Amino acid sequence: MTAAILLWSVSIAQAMLVIAMGCNAYRLIRGPRAQDRVLCLDAMYVIAMLLILTMGIRTGSAIYFEAALIIAVLGFASSVALAKFLMRGEVIE
Amino acid sequence: MSHAAELPVWAALLTSLLLLVGAGLTLLGAVGVLQFRSFFERVHAPTLGTSWGTGAIALASIVFFSSLGTRLVVHEVLIGVFITVTTPVTLMLLARAALHRERAEENPNVPSRAVMRRRGSAPAPGGRRRRCCRHALVLRLAEKTGRRRKAPPVRRERGPVSVRCLRRCGPPRR
Repeated sequence: MTAAILLWSVSIAQAMLVIAMGCNAYRLIRGPRAQDRVLCLDAMYVIAMLLILTMGIRTGSAIYFEAALIIAVLGFASSVALAKFLMRGEVIE
Repeated sequence: MSHAAELPVWAALLTSLLLLVGAGLTLLGAVGVLQFRSFFERVHAPTLGTSWGTGAIALASIVFFSSLGTRLVVHEVLIGVFITVTTPVTLMLLARAALHRERAEENPNVPSRAVMRRRGSAPAPGGRRRRCCRHALVLRLAEKTGRRRKAPPVRRERGPVSVRCLRRCGPPRR
């Protein structure tokens, strides 16, 4: 019973997250300007992290947590670097 | 999902509810990214996913692993705190960069610096403007106010003493 409840809800949540990622990917490809693309890349990083967390709930193992944490850190660093690049034209001054 | 068979029903229900709420909010934010017209509207949309989307899914993970292992597991708080702290920084930087680019292209849809100055949300220029060589910021000359500032006592710099960077890094280097 509980396994069925969890299986269905995790599956629906993962489907929703994948659809959200698809929306962001569409905007990433079509986005009129560079800042839209950077925004979508940042949002996709967050959604990928959430997908990995739900995958951890689905399999019941704790090793997915570290992957999610690393993705969060890398997403922040890359988004800041890209925003800096858009601002000044170079990343390291 | 055989590992979840020994989970109590309330924990399973709470985990499911939190997962669905988090994923739904994230999906709503993604639809907003898709639907809004301008960038400055779009930049608000993903924050749904980064605030309660991440919060609810991290809470679901906490509830699940805590009731599965019969001890409190709060690793996921780390992810929640990190995302909460870093998202405003990223989006502020990105919005500033976008505003800078729009202004550089003199896009009429974006208020220029002159308009902001008239509204009082940008500093008024005081005299001539120059660039500080260290910070690439705009320098303000204190000619208008007539105040004279002393040079720092340790190192004497040549050049106008009244020139100061807005970040207060002292007189510019030659």
